[in-house]
Amino acid sequence: MNAQDRIKQQVTENNIILYMKGTPQSPQCGFSGRSVQLLEACGAKFASVNVLADQEIREGIKQYSNWPTIPQLYIKGQFIGGCDIITDLYQKGELQKLVTGAQA
Amino acid sequence: MPTPDDVKRFIEAGMPGARVSVIGDGHHFEAEIVSSAFADKSLVEQHQMVYRALGDKMKQEIHALSLRTKVPE
Repeated sequence: MNAQDRIKQQVTENNIILYMKGTPQSPQCGFSGRSVQLLEACGAKFASVNVLADQEIREGIKQYSNWPTIPQLYIKGQFIGGCDIITDLYQKGELQKLVTGAQA
Repeated sequence: MPTPDDVKRFIEAGMPGARVSVIGDGHHFEAEIVSSAFADKSLVEQHQMVYRALGDKMKQEIHALSLRTKVPE
């Protein structure tokens, strides 16, 4: 299976999934760490993919969403955004709604 | 290593008419972009427009870029 197919499967099988550098327990980049914190603040149960451990996914995810940076958040298969947008949605209370909706 | 002024010029070149301000240390940058082209676009689409303006520079020269996009009042 190529990277695009693997990503499609991952975002389909997981209601909330974060592509990040490192792991939620040990983020390797401030933006990834911040995204984890905001998701956890919303009570999100989410899957994560450490792109540093998978070069194919690291490049493939940038093409998948036409988005050049990590982290990337997907909810119910839809690309939500990177750290700036996650922060913005959190401040507006919209991240909570997305998370709650995905876990209902 | 690009300076904040370089990043500002890169974005302005790809987004004619945008008002751009950039601060940063050569690795991490924060940019604020005000453009009427953002009207009626989602945040994701707005950021994608900025990334498109930066093109390959985003892959090679710029490590991290924090974006704030706005439509002129």
